[in-house]
Amino acid sequence: MHVIFAKPESLTDRTTHYCPGCTHGVIHRLVAESLDELGLRERTVGIAPVGCAVLAYHYFNTDFQEAAHGRAAAMATGSKRVRPDLILFTYQGDGDLASIGMGETIHACNRGEKITTIFVNNAIYGMTGGQMAPTTMPGQITTTTPFGRDVNDCGHPLRVAEILSEIRTPGYIARVAVHTPRHIIEAKRCIKQAFRYQAEGRCYSLVECLSTCPTNWGLTPEEAGQWLEENMIPYYPLGVKRTPEETAGG
Amino acid sequence: MAKKLMKGNEAIGEAAIRAGCLNYFAYPITPQSEVAEYLSRRLPEVGGVFLQGESEIAVSYMLFGAAASGARVFTSSSSPGISLMGEGMSYIAGAQLPVVFVNIVRGGPGLGGILPAQSDYFQATKGGGHGDYHLLVLAPQGVQEAVDLMIDAFPLAEKYTNPVLVIGDGMIGQMMEPVEFPDPETIPPPLPRPWATTGLKNRHQNLIRSLFLNPDELEYNNQHIRAKCDAMERDEVRYESYRTDGRMDILIAAYGTMARICKTAVDMLREDGVKAGLVRPITLYPFPMREVHEAATMAGEVLVVELSTGQMVEDVDHAVRGACDVHFFGKTGGNIPPPEDVAAEARRVLGARTGRRAGRKG
Amino acid sequence: MPQVTIDKERCKGCELCTRACPQSVLGMSRDINTKGYFPAAVEHAPRCIGCRMCAIMCPDVAIKISVHGVHYSLFPY
Repeated sequence: MHVIFAKPESLTDRTTHYCPGCTHGVIHRLVAESLDELGLRERTVGIAPVGCAVLAYHYFNTDFQEAAHGRAAAMATGSKRVRPDLILFTYQGDGDLASIGMGETIHACNRGEKITTIFVNNAIYGMTGGQMAPTTMPGQITTTTPFGRDVNDCGHPLRVAEILSEIRTPGYIARVAVHTPRHIIEAKRCIKQAFRYQAEGRCYSLVECLSTCPTNWGLTPEEAGQWLEENMIPYYPLGVKRTPEETAGG
Repeated sequence: MAKKLMKGNEAIGEAAIRAGCLNYFAYPITPQSEVAEYLSRRLPEVGGVFLQGESEIAVSYMLFGAAASGARVFTSSSSPGISLMGEGMSYIAGAQLPVVFVNIVRGGPGLGGILPAQSDYFQATKGGGHGDYHLLVLAPQGVQEAVDLMIDAFPLAEKYTNPVLVIGDGMIGQMMEPVEFPDPETIPPPLPRPWATTGLKNRHQNLIRSLFLNPDELEYNNQHIRAKCDAMERDEVRYESYRTDGRMDILIAAYGTMARICKTAVDMLREDGVKAGLVRPITLYPFPMREVHEAATMAGEVLVVELSTGQMVEDVDHAVRGACDVHFFGKTGGNIPPPEDVAAEARRVLGARTGRRAGRKG
Repeated sequence: MPQVTIDKERCKGCELCTRACPQSVLGMSRDINTKGYFPAAVEHAPRCIGCRMCAIMCPDVAIKISVHGVHYSLFPY
């Protein structure tokens, strides 16, 4: 008997506090598998966000720092600049990366900091109980948009992968989804590629992962996957937006 | 070593390098942008890291990341920028990281002005950010002392794994004075950092955080930080006494550049037969409570002089504890009082002894 | 035949694996675990082709898969 699927070494044995069916668990595993397969675990430092993944440091078998809300990219910049030999990754949600942390995100990408950012986009603020996020869909009901997101009042959802792909500094920007095995397989390919670029010292990398939040969307895990497929994928197109070989704009 | 004429901001930058700190993250703000400008040329010469961040907020977290991964690091800013760094200071104190901050104080509140002030005393000594902690605050009176305190700031930050703030003002930042840097042999090497996030080969996970959801764990963290503050209060008080021997008619309390002006005022008063003396806190936290009290017991009146509407006066009042009346004289806006005005105020206080505990206007 | 092992205590009963499996191998157990969830369970083991879709889908890394001898994987993962 030999094992063809097991828990990666970069994950601890702790069961997570995430809700049943929450795809945070999948994304954690993909990051851990990538670190294992590229042999990076022992020189990796992760930066945990403020959000559902605030306790991510309990689930990864790597050194970790805990960031203030939105500031993970700045912390990773500080660490990477003084220790360029370390692998730095940030793991951030909608509020952390696209709201309060938008400035830090854009500037870290623009400076070409050699860090990897995993952006979990589930179109809502999970930990704080389901408020609107910059990525919330038009008409989506949240606790701060009880009548549905009104684009005339709150604007349209932010497409972070597209915004960052306009930056001229070489980088790897991709958007994936993790709600079906087919999508998860492609997501792993992109996440691993992102870490590979950092291991080669090439460029900034960000992988936006469209994820479900069954609890705050008020759906079962399976329904949440369908909602993502029908509502988010048309607005947030999947794919690799930019690689370091191309330059944006022209 | 020969003395060199240097601008305060540049001397502060050079002092950090001589102290073995080769990592600097900052954002420009008047009146201290020259620190960044100087280091942007100097740090590449010594193989250091220089990065102009996108905001003071971002910078405060770059400092966190750099210190967490084991490096000596510092920043400089001015009052509004230090306000922005307040949350970062709190995180750095809560996570117990050694970081040095420099505040070249300008007029406030808000955008205020670009001229010197001493209106950040509360912000500096009562923490800067939220939560139970203190910054160790060092207040130089001139460029040479700024260099000396910068050299000491890094070992102090490491000794207590706590942020240290060197607080100057626009005068110190902008003026040029002769400075001498210490011999490299006298600089102690950095302390080891076994807790740093450097990759967990052959050891357990190192975790740098300030979040402790379990109340007992959070209480332990807070008590530990308090114990460090108690140790600072016991071991790190620095102050200077000027002409305080014997009984005094009036004791002046001032810090920073204002103290130098007051020393001249003390000399003027002494020449006229007024027994004046000066006590100058060098550590604003830990405040020299006992030393100020003892000096006040030998004085008829205490006059606190600040470039503010009255901040250190509250700590002086607390230290004096009724031994005599505490008066205040302050100027703001960047209007620096000459020694004659300080001496005149001292004379006015002495002439108008009312027994009433004076507060802001005397 | 591939062996699928589900850790009953890690499973949160989200049912995503039962949908991911192309062979209808998995179902939900009626035995509650210590956290109060009804975990997934292998119901039709002989149908399993070792495609690993269940384990790939599982957010809680509750599924381990082993095989005897040579096993052809249908896609790189």
